Amino acid sequence: MAFPILSVIVFTPIIAGMIILMMPGERKTEIRMVALAAAAFDLILSVWLYFAYDITAAGYQFQEMHSWLPSFGIGYHLGVDGISTPLILLTGVVMFTGVIVSQSISDRPREFFAFLFILATGVFGVFASLDLFLLFFFYEIAVFPMYLLISIWGWVKTREYAAMKLTLYLFIGSVIALIGALAMYWASGAHSFDLLVLEKAHFSTAFQNTWFMPVFMGFAILGAIFPFHNWSPDGHVAAPTAVSMFHAGVLMKLGAFAALRVGIMLMPQGAIYWKWVILGLAAVNIVYGAFIAMVQTDLKYVIGFSSVSHMGLVMIGFATLTRSGLIGSTVQMFSHGIMTALFFASVGMIYNQTHTREISRLGGFVKVMPFTAIAFIIGALVSMGMPGFSGFVAEFPIFMGLWQTAPIIAILSVISIIVTAAYMLLVIRRVFFGEMPEEFAGRMNDVSVMDKVALGLISILMVGIGLFPSLMVPMVSSGVDHILALLG
Amino acid sequence: MATNTLIWLLPLPPLLAFFIIVLFTNKSNKLSHIVGVGAAALSWAGAMVVFFRSLGVEHFGEHPFTDSIPWLPLGDGWLEIGVRIDPLSAATLFFVAWTIFMIFLYSVGYHNFGQPKGDHDKQGLPPHGATVENEHGHKHSVPSVEPMYARFFAFIGLFAAGMYTLVISDNLLTLFVGWEIMGLCSYLLIGFWFAKKSARNAGIKAFMTTRIGDVFMLLGLAFLYSATGSLRYEVIFSHEVLHALESTPAFWGLSAAGAIGLLLFIGAVGKSAQWPLHVWLPDAMEGPTPVSAMIHAATMVSAGVYMTIRIFPLISAGWDGYTLTPTMSIIAFIGAFTALFAATIAVAQNDVKGVLAYSTISQLGYMMAAIGVGAYVAAVFHLITHAFFKALLFLGSGSVIHGMEHGVLHTGNHDLDPQDMRNMGGLYKKMPITFWTFLIGGFALSGFPIVTAGFWSKDEIFADAFAHGHTTVFIVLALAAFLTAFYTMRQITMTFLGDAKTPEAEHASENTWTMTTPLVVLAFFALAYGWVGIPENFPILGSFSSNWFHHFVAHTVHLPETHAEFSWIPLITSLTVALGGLAFGWLTYRKQKAGAVDPVKKWMGPLYHWIENKYYFDEAYDFLFVNPARWFSEIFTYKWMDRGLIDGILHIFGPIAYWIGHLFRERFDLPVVNRLIGDGSADLVHKAGEKLRFVETGRIQQYMIAAMSVFLIIAAVLYYVILI
Repeated sequence: MAFPILSVIVFTPIIAGMIILMMPGERKTEIRMVALAAAAFDLILSVWLYFAYDITAAGYQFQEMHSWLPSFGIGYHLGVDGISTPLILLTGVVMFTGVIVSQSISDRPREFFAFLFILATGVFGVFASLDLFLLFFFYEIAVFPMYLLISIWGWVKTREYAAMKLTLYLFIGSVIALIGALAMYWASGAHSFDLLVLEKAHFSTAFQNTWFMPVFMGFAILGAIFPFHNWSPDGHVAAPTAVSMFHAGVLMKLGAFAALRVGIMLMPQGAIYWKWVILGLAAVNIVYGAFIAMVQTDLKYVIGFSSVSHMGLVMIGFATLTRSGLIGSTVQMFSHGIMTALFFASVGMIYNQTHTREISRLGGFVKVMPFTAIAFIIGALVSMGMPGFSGFVAEFPIFMGLWQTAPIIAILSVISIIVTAAYMLLVIRRVFFGEMPEEFAGRMNDVSVMDKVALGLISILMVGIGLFPSLMVPMVSSGVDHILALLG
Repeated sequence: MATNTLIWLLPLPPLLAFFIIVLFTNKSNKLSHIVGVGAAALSWAGAMVVFFRSLGVEHFGEHPFTDSIPWLPLGDGWLEIGVRIDPLSAATLFFVAWTIFMIFLYSVGYHNFGQPKGDHDKQGLPPHGATVENEHGHKHSVPSVEPMYARFFAFIGLFAAGMYTLVISDNLLTLFVGWEIMGLCSYLLIGFWFAKKSARNAGIKAFMTTRIGDVFMLLGLAFLYSATGSLRYEVIFSHEVLHALESTPAFWGLSAAGAIGLLLFIGAVGKSAQWPLHVWLPDAMEGPTPVSAMIHAATMVSAGVYMTIRIFPLISAGWDGYTLTPTMSIIAFIGAFTALFAATIAVAQNDVKGVLAYSTISQLGYMMAAIGVGAYVAAVFHLITHAFFKALLFLGSGSVIHGMEHGVLHTGNHDLDPQDMRNMGGLYKKMPITFWTFLIGGFALSGFPIVTAGFWSKDEIFADAFAHGHTTVFIVLALAAFLTAFYTMRQITMTFLGDAKTPEAEHASENTWTMTTPLVVLAFFALAYGWVGIPENFPILGSFSSNWFHHFVAHTVHLPETHAEFSWIPLITSLTVALGGLAFGWLTYRKQKAGAVDPVKKWMGPLYHWIENKYYFDEAYDFLFVNPARWFSEIFTYKWMDRGLIDGILHIFGPIAYWIGHLFRERFDLPVVNRLIGDGSADLVHKAGEKLRFVETGRIQQYMIAAMSVFLIIAAVLYYVILI
């Protein structure tokens, strides 16, 4: 039997979490070391997985299949394709960097890391699942710890409100999607939850047209689709740094990914039927999120709403149902994931010292934390879709696909590029340049070496993919081929 | 080295210089500028080799140097990127390499290399000067070195890499990559002195305004790619593709080719600061002067024109040589309008760089107008000559400012604006090299006949516009040329001639060799470059000329065969406006006293305020776009929609859920479930027990009777149920 790499990746975090829970709570340093070791181990494995994936063979690889609840047709079936492999790498990167920047957490780190790792297992699990039931199982595992992480370790002012809002939205979404999933289970007649079986179920057009929207929207809520996006910025703001990184970096991708894998891939006719609605909603996401981000005064809200805008690009790329749109969206999931993780990490580094995120009260930090400033600027360039950075490799194909599908929507959405540049430059100008306020002068320190490692790793990835798209695009492309085949 | 390999390597040295300076040498000014200038020199040398090799190729237009590799897999194939040097890019490469190299060298002196650190200089502010003590104990002020010296070379290195990338591209995608790298560097360099609020704002304004053009360009690229499946020049400018694009209708009566051309042109409107997106360029003068010379005269703004020339086959698809396509008409209109409009503003500028900024906008308008009327070669020619003489003028103005700053340090009057021309005068005695080179640049700009390059390129635009019957464009351009000569002479007179208006001007001094050498080199090209493009049909001189430039560049594209007769009208017009404008400028300003009212102001009256305030474009844009956008996002989208409507609905659900919960609890749970069923059943048992107490007699017999009767009843029931 081959080495079950996917299972190992999926369960490493939760096992590490259990080990951490068994350690005495006052051994904070040892807890952090274990957490870091587990995250590094998972990162190495996901990098290995990424490079071991055979692009020429394409399809689902590293499959593991065991029967679990055979009477219901539920199996433990894992496997990755060209779409999910980059996302597993993304999760590995975000987890590793998230653990690094959480080294400063001093309030009950044991429980914090344990919950964070349960969350990570859920995220890895969703990306690797090839069984619909298993996917839901991991999905709930990923969503549930968010409530605790935000409401216990979050920002005192809004954490309870935000945690509740987030949890309600996401659970309602997943319940709706679950109903759709059950409908598919019964309608397929195959008595199986296996995604590969369901892909071949050929649901009737009427069935697809009815059930596509509940399933897609149920998941897309986690991708913050308009008008169900409001949980997301509030959640980002209230969450502690590492949780924001996870939340915006990978959790939102979970929604988009599940909407693609369960919604579009299982009910392609439904996707074609509803595509104009999704195009419209996602276009609103893109422009609306960008405009709101421009007027925020809280740094985290800026990033939060920019995520809403960027996730709109992911959704709109899906909805074009074209090759370049789907490629762009998948790259965008990866690119936005690391970019926004970097943003939240940098904001956290600033907040740790200033205890404020009000943009008007910050300024001049380029002098004390130049490394953070450079990383943030690189992130901003990715966000603006500058050529040479991963954002361009993502956005250019999306707009290409969008132009082929709906030129008018392309013209409207492209406004966001201008607005994005505006708010990013304003933030950079006010936070990193300009005069440093008296209250911080002389009291600020540069970030730690480990923080620089985290920022550096993400920056290298963003530039690397931007300069050499062939590092990622062929793999994604092989996954997209399969989706296009399903679309017919 | 193979030419193709060499072309790939051209952008590399400055790019590496950027990384080396940022990562390793940023602590040492000397190492940083050695790396920076060395990289520029390497690229320059490479570019010269490529250029001269290209001269040796027969039919170079048909057989350019090309090479490509796959980059971004999209659709059914790879989006390839590659390099291409054809006559157009070879000619562009020539001026780009020269100007970039010269500007790098100039920056060394401009940023006061070798001078002591400033007394209170801070990062993000221009250097204020240092006090030194000589061996006799006398204290005196000297210029101080730029606090972010190394960073400057890193940024301009990155910028140069962007420009080289743009020029050597064989496709619009890598062109766009270079384009955006320059946009970014432009933002960084305009806002280089970031502690100045005006500089920060100017950087953002430049980036945002050009970005507006960029998104249209992006749409144009998307349109082009979906229509043709490629962005490579070779493919998109091939006859079949052009023909297909020309016959596909798009929108507003434009063909697909025209529509794509228009979208891409809007990108160039932003980049080359054409009306109505011109507002960023004058503000961009906040940057250090070498930046103004490089970005806002020689290279980046030229990139917009270069791109428009590149896509000439698209915008002219369907053009027979006479009737302009709609896209060409639009370009001709915007170009000609900008040329005149910006020239009028330049007349009222008092900032030495401000005049040049508007002059640049105006000259770029000339090139656009030339492209619009189909004067392909003339546009390229003017692009190149302009790059040389405008870079020269900017560097010259930087030299003037630097000289004036010397004067300021000498007198200690730091309130004086060293850029205001009203404070200058008489500098020809103090700064002879700067004066003579500036004079050459100014005369080239004005189109001083025969000897300057500007005359030949401008004359060719006039001749082309006139010969093909575009009289309106011709007249507008001629008017603009008159104003150009006038404001140029005004600038030269106010700055260099007459008497010194202030003590600072009296104490100005000439700069070091690193600053003056580039002036001399560029002045050479500002004169000599015109001679390669003297038309054969020009009286007398034409017979000595082979018009090499025309024959070299014209083969880049297939131009329709048109026959243009030589006419004296454009030549005479050109001579009149140039000489007339110069003379008029000199006569008006030669007797100007310090503090006197500007003569133009006297003539124009209230109209002058409009010009002085740049026709209130900034204010109008704030009113029309910036404020509404802010309102839209702040009030409408955020307050009303997001927090009001969407969260409002959400927050209604909360109370409703609460209310439903209360309803269940108060009306059903407590009374029905709790009282009736829960408590009720307990009560029932209790009550039943009380009622049934009477049967508890304690007598065995009675129990037996009761048990028997129950047994019999059950048995009877079962008997009937089961058996029947």
